[in-house]
Amino acid sequence: MVDILIDWLVALLQTLAFVVLAPLFASLVKRVKCRLQNRRPPPWLQPYRDLRKLFGKQVLLAETASPLFRLAPYIVFAVTVMAASVVPLFAVDLPTAATADAIVLVGFFAFSRVFLALAGMDVGTAFGGMGASREMLVGALAEPALLMVIFTLAMVASSTNLSTVVTALLHQGVILRPSLLFALLALLLVAIAETGRIPVDNPATHLELTMIHEAMVLEYTARQLALIEWAAQLKLTLYAVLIANTFFPWGIAEDIAPLSLLRGMAAVVLKLALLGMLLAIAETVVAKMRLFRVPGFLALALVLALLGMLSYNVLEVT
Amino acid sequence: MQLSLGLPWLPWHLRLDALAGLFLMIIGLGTLAISLYAPAYIEEYRHGPQPLAVLQIFTGLFIAGMELVVLADDAFAFMVAWELMSLASYFLVTYQHQHAANRRAGFLYLVMAHISGLAILLGFGVLAAFGGAFTFAAMRAADPGLIWSSVAFALALAGFGMKAGLVPLHAWLPEAHPVAPSHISALMSGVMLKVAVYGFIRVVFDLLPAPHWGWGVALLVVGSVSALFGILYALLQTDLKRLLAYSSAENIGIIFIGLGLAVIFIGTGHTALGILGLVAALYHCLNHSLFKGLLFLGAGAVIQHTHEHDLERMGGLLKPMPWTGLLFLIGILAISALPPLNGFASEWLIFQTALQAPVLQNGVMRAVIPLAAAMLALTGAVAAACFVKVYGIAFLGQPRTRHARHPHDASTGMKLAMGLQALACVLLGVFAAPTVALLERIPAVLLDARLPSATQLGWLWLTPIAPEVASYSAPLVVLGVLAAVGTWAFIRFWLRPRGKVGALRRGPAWDCGFGPLSPRMQYTAESFSQPFRRVFRPAWQIREELVKSPLESPPFWEIRYQSQLGDITWNWLYQPLARTIQRAAQQVGRLQTGHLRHYLGYSFVTVLVLLWLIS
Repeated sequence: MVDILIDWLVALLQTLAFVVLAPLFASLVKRVKCRLQNRRPPPWLQPYRDLRKLFGKQVLLAETASPLFRLAPYIVFAVTVMAASVVPLFAVDLPTAATADAIVLVGFFAFSRVFLALAGMDVGTAFGGMGASREMLVGALAEPALLMVIFTLAMVASSTNLSTVVTALLHQGVILRPSLLFALLALLLVAIAETGRIPVDNPATHLELTMIHEAMVLEYTARQLALIEWAAQLKLTLYAVLIANTFFPWGIAEDIAPLSLLRGMAAVVLKLALLGMLLAIAETVVAKMRLFRVPGFLALALVLALLGMLSYNVLEVT
Repeated sequence: MQLSLGLPWLPWHLRLDALAGLFLMIIGLGTLAISLYAPAYIEEYRHGPQPLAVLQIFTGLFIAGMELVVLADDAFAFMVAWELMSLASYFLVTYQHQHAANRRAGFLYLVMAHISGLAILLGFGVLAAFGGAFTFAAMRAADPGLIWSSVAFALALAGFGMKAGLVPLHAWLPEAHPVAPSHISALMSGVMLKVAVYGFIRVVFDLLPAPHWGWGVALLVVGSVSALFGILYALLQTDLKRLLAYSSAENIGIIFIGLGLAVIFIGTGHTALGILGLVAALYHCLNHSLFKGLLFLGAGAVIQHTHEHDLERMGGLLKPMPWTGLLFLIGILAISALPPLNGFASEWLIFQTALQAPVLQNGVMRAVIPLAAAMLALTGAVAAACFVKVYGIAFLGQPRTRHARHPHDASTGMKLAMGLQALACVLLGVFAAPTVALLERIPAVLLDARLPSATQLGWLWLTPIAPEVASYSAPLVVLGVLAAVGTWAFIRFWLRPRGKVGALRRGPAWDCGFGPLSPRMQYTAESFSQPFRRVFRPAWQIREELVKSPLESPPFWEIRYQSQLGDITWNWLYQPLARTIQRAAQQVGRLQTGHLRHYLGYSFVTVLVLLWLIS
């Protein structure tokens, strides 16, 4: 009984860590990018200050907004937190990972995307509709690729439970499987598209021809905007952790002894720092694509994911 | 049970087993909803040229026909009930026959219903020939061998598939659904298509001997094509009910993917996994009947109060029609397969079944199943885009026309009907494990085998294969979301002193400083789907026309753009077929000379040939 309670406590702690540390990861990416581009970086805690400022402001709502518009940020945030509770951050064998497996995780992402898009269309401006339409296009191509990556992982580990997948990959050791290689490449592409980073979308832009995510949330202000921004940072961190912990699971805590938990935390911080720097470098050297190049980019992700799945089923099944 | 109906030497038999019970429940739920909905809805037709009695009588006959199909225990009763169902629904589709388009749609439906009836009749003919009688019991006992059972399977797939709306046999669906009264569309799409699926399951899993895995591959291909094609076509429609009709083809495709997995796994000896596929397909049948019924009823409420069918002429309906809007939202979340609603639960089960492909020995099949799963994943993602479009254009934004500005909300009965179905969508999604436990009794009767572990951890946990392989607990997910929202509310309203931030203020939306926004500046349904149109271009047959004509003053042009969306199957299948039939008919027509002497000659030759045959 006490064991179960501690398990749940660790899971809760993990989710909380996700929520609290997500802005920090975003901050890291931003700082490294600034350094690479010879700009003076904002302080480490800048995203937290932004959030605090937004939470303290008065909400300005469009006259044409319906209740759905006001509700959407809360739904998006809550669902993203649920998604965070499923992904192992520093320890595996979570009880929360059993309530929702990796396919449900994709469902969570889809749920928050649908609500963001609906909110974008709610006010009735051209920007909102444009953002919603583009976001759904990107989602429609990225989601199947993500699902196929997950199918590949699930077949390799013969489980769709993320904790089990991580454990299984951890115990198989470093075997260079072609299927996992393809899946990793596909997941990297999907992560870039789904979190709205360059070259698919630019989180720093407000130029209408290129906006996707920003166009959808253009009408949000104050705490509603804060929740959406926070959820976006959380999603970025989620994808990073997903990449780091499934394909490079080393160091993650397999039991809940304090020492291994600490080791798990250190490992994940190290992995995330590396991944964040990589993302910043990629965003510095790659230029933003035209919108109609994006389907080609995502089609590549789809094909890679499909190849991963097929190469497992054709080559690796014994 | 034997009835004293039918022919003296060919009595009718009825039987109620678990499979029939599920489909009776689907019919019952659909009927309950429309019986609450219709009294208010048909007010619209009271002053029309047709008497309401026609609508009422044929609705009754239609429902009776469907129930008899499900209960029939011999081919004779089945076919009579089937025709009753088809004919009654034909009269319902052509209820407003003053419009030529409705008559045309009705005729297409009638023709296709009869071709499908013919294929089913032939399929039963094969089975009855080996069984020696028309009763299902006799058919079940017989073993026609692989070739003849494959023939019967193909006939059943063609016949039931045509009625269920499998692509490419779906042509009647997007024509007939939009012209029927909305509660009839709800019945036809939500319930009648399921009756066709019932017939297929009855033949393949019950009457035929153990299925061959090759059939499963065929089902998988047909199902995947149907799912993807259906949703891509739905995505580009702007007529609300036509869009829903195409999405029915998609969902039937998903059901057939589940059935295909079931056949493959049963055919290769993995009965437990096959059962899982079958349960997933049945679950999706139930789910689709609920959310598609809900969406058609919602569409009916919108059409009744705005008199608009076209999405481009709606907009902002959530504010004047809050209840319809809310219930419709639940419908689109369910049909887009989002957790924790019911559409997700059944698709999740299909994915879980597909993920067990590595147990198969055959390498080709191990590759085909993941491909089908990939198609299903793509379908689900496009479906979400499609229904975001529907809801965003129709219910959100600002009213695009005068009609959309001040509609009333649906009346109480209609709200009740939609509320019932929305509630069922939520409950079936959240309580997935008990539902699966109930559905599992059907394969227990049909195949005499059970799922080993689907609900072994109790009602909270759905563990289709084994707890360590995959688990999903929708109640805990809901609880988690509620906890997150609760924590937020606690922080927001309890810890933070009130009044510091100030109440929310309303202002005009951001217009880039160019003056007031008008509803015409909004994104339209067409523009929402435009990027998709570019990406999946080859899937459709689109005719575009751009007319530029100079106005009086030179630098200005009047530009008109028109685009027309055609169903590609018309070009590839129906028109060549129609031409071939036409040509054949012309050849045969040469016999008809119109001269009496020739006809006497034909009779004489016929008599001679018959005499020769007898002697």
